[in-house]
Amino acid sequence: MTAMIEITKLNAWFDDNHVLKDIDISIPSNGSFGLVGESGSGKSTVLRTITGLVDDWEGNILVNNKELTKKRDKTFYRLAQMVFQDPFGSLHPRHTIDRILTEPVNIHKLGNSDARVVEALKQVGLDNSFRFRYPHQLSGGQRQRVAIARALILEPKILLLDEPTSALDVSIQAEVLNLLTRLRNDLGLTYIMVSHDLAVVAHMCDDIAIMNHGRIVERATAGQLADGKLENPYSQQLFKAAGGYDRAVIDSFVDWD
Amino acid sequence: MTNETLLSVKNLAITFSTSKGPVHAVRGVSFDLGRERLGIVGESGSGKSQTGRAILGLTAANGKITADQMQFHDLDLRNLSKRDWRKVRGARISMIMQDPKYSLNPVMTIGDQIIEAYREHHKVNATEAKRGALDMLAAVKIRDPERVFNSYPHEVSGGMGQRVMIAMMLIPDPEILIADEPTSALDVTVQLQVMAILDDLVRERGMALVFISHDLHLVSSFCDRVLVMYQGHVVEEIRASELDQAKHPYTQGLLNCLPKMDGNHAELPVLTREASWAEA
Repeated sequence: MTAMIEITKLNAWFDDNHVLKDIDISIPSNGSFGLVGESGSGKSTVLRTITGLVDDWEGNILVNNKELTKKRDKTFYRLAQMVFQDPFGSLHPRHTIDRILTEPVNIHKLGNSDARVVEALKQVGLDNSFRFRYPHQLSGGQRQRVAIARALILEPKILLLDEPTSALDVSIQAEVLNLLTRLRNDLGLTYIMVSHDLAVVAHMCDDIAIMNHGRIVERATAGQLADGKLENPYSQQLFKAAGGYDRAVIDSFVDWD
Repeated sequence: MTNETLLSVKNLAITFSTSKGPVHAVRGVSFDLGRERLGIVGESGSGKSQTGRAILGLTAANGKITADQMQFHDLDLRNLSKRDWRKVRGARISMIMQDPKYSLNPVMTIGDQIIEAYREHHKVNATEAKRGALDMLAAVKIRDPERVFNSYPHEVSGGMGQRVMIAMMLIPDPEILIADEPTSALDVTVQLQVMAILDDLVRERGMALVFISHDLHLVSSFCDRVLVMYQGHVVEEIRASELDQAKHPYTQGLLNCLPKMDGNHAELPVLTREASWAEA
């Protein structure tokens, strides 16, 4: 199977700060790839570089067999869309849901926006009564559904998911994760999902990379992660920390600065 | 741990009057707190933070508190004057907030902030206050107290900032520490390290800790006892070690909807809420 996303030797900088170091990632079509790490590990920067929000990068990013250049064109954004962490910050507070969803349709001149908006809302499990509301009239989970609908309305093949559920209550997280799993199966989507939560990534993704200080320190399949079959000491520590409060484990922690 | 009761709350209710009518944030919460680690768990809007704030007299001006009892030692917290509250708040009951970024003064060095708090509670000269402040930083396991002392809040990490907050809260040697999501903004390993520091301090000083969090799993691995709140009610009180025997469908639902690390991509069970849970 050919890869939908093929990243080789990706490096990125924020001024003099070398934030991504030789990242190699390959994701098959309809695959789901998880990036895990602590804050500052560079996991979100990988997504931001792919989607064109980081200027200073080197390396090769192949999306659907097309090499990305410094500037992304509209066809790229038809193909890949991003969903951000904070559903309170990523929707325009003074635009109705209808306007938020119509805007990308108009930018890409797809036409037939009315039917597309109705369809996108239906895909994320929101009924039509939400269409003319404002974001503040929605709960956090409903807003995140709108953010997913806005990504889906362009019929992309790839969703870049940056901590899509970490701002949500666990009961709402379960609903959004189920929605994302269903959409991947129904629409044949390819995911890259960034999370600090090992359990979320193990649940959602087939292949997982653990990042620390801009490097991938270990790769695992969901099955290996489930069995705790990790070799790198940093990823072992992360795995142990996910088990809850255990004094003996905490005393064994090492700083990885 | 002794069975001595420090704080007894009976039938606490908090109602906020808003332009859209009254909002009942907390409805009939009762608990006794001894020298223990008590967890209060719930989702957003469950009233867990408001319960914590009411114990400190920090309820917003439009909130009305009623309770059959709010007894802290021989003090009735229900009708303390503002002046009397100031003798309790900080000195005997203290609070750690969620995000150190917003709780520390950004234009004052950490050392100066701790000294300020120190001299508020101890009548000492500047040299002794500095020594006291450095001791507090060492007590929260900061390896290089002198460096942190001279830093501004933006120069230290989130975990370090939260340790500083804990150090400041401990200065007056309070009997009860209320920690409202003290570690939610931190990375998981740092989170656990900060909790270990809290744990040590609570044990060494014989304090009572009220740990408010949305993370049922984390709280149950840390606390002795857990109150599970839903829409202003305590729906279940359970020994943390017996969480797997939780009886209330809400508690069970919360546990079930967490993704498990079993490599299984099946649908997660979704919490189906029942109207009866919101009734006492």
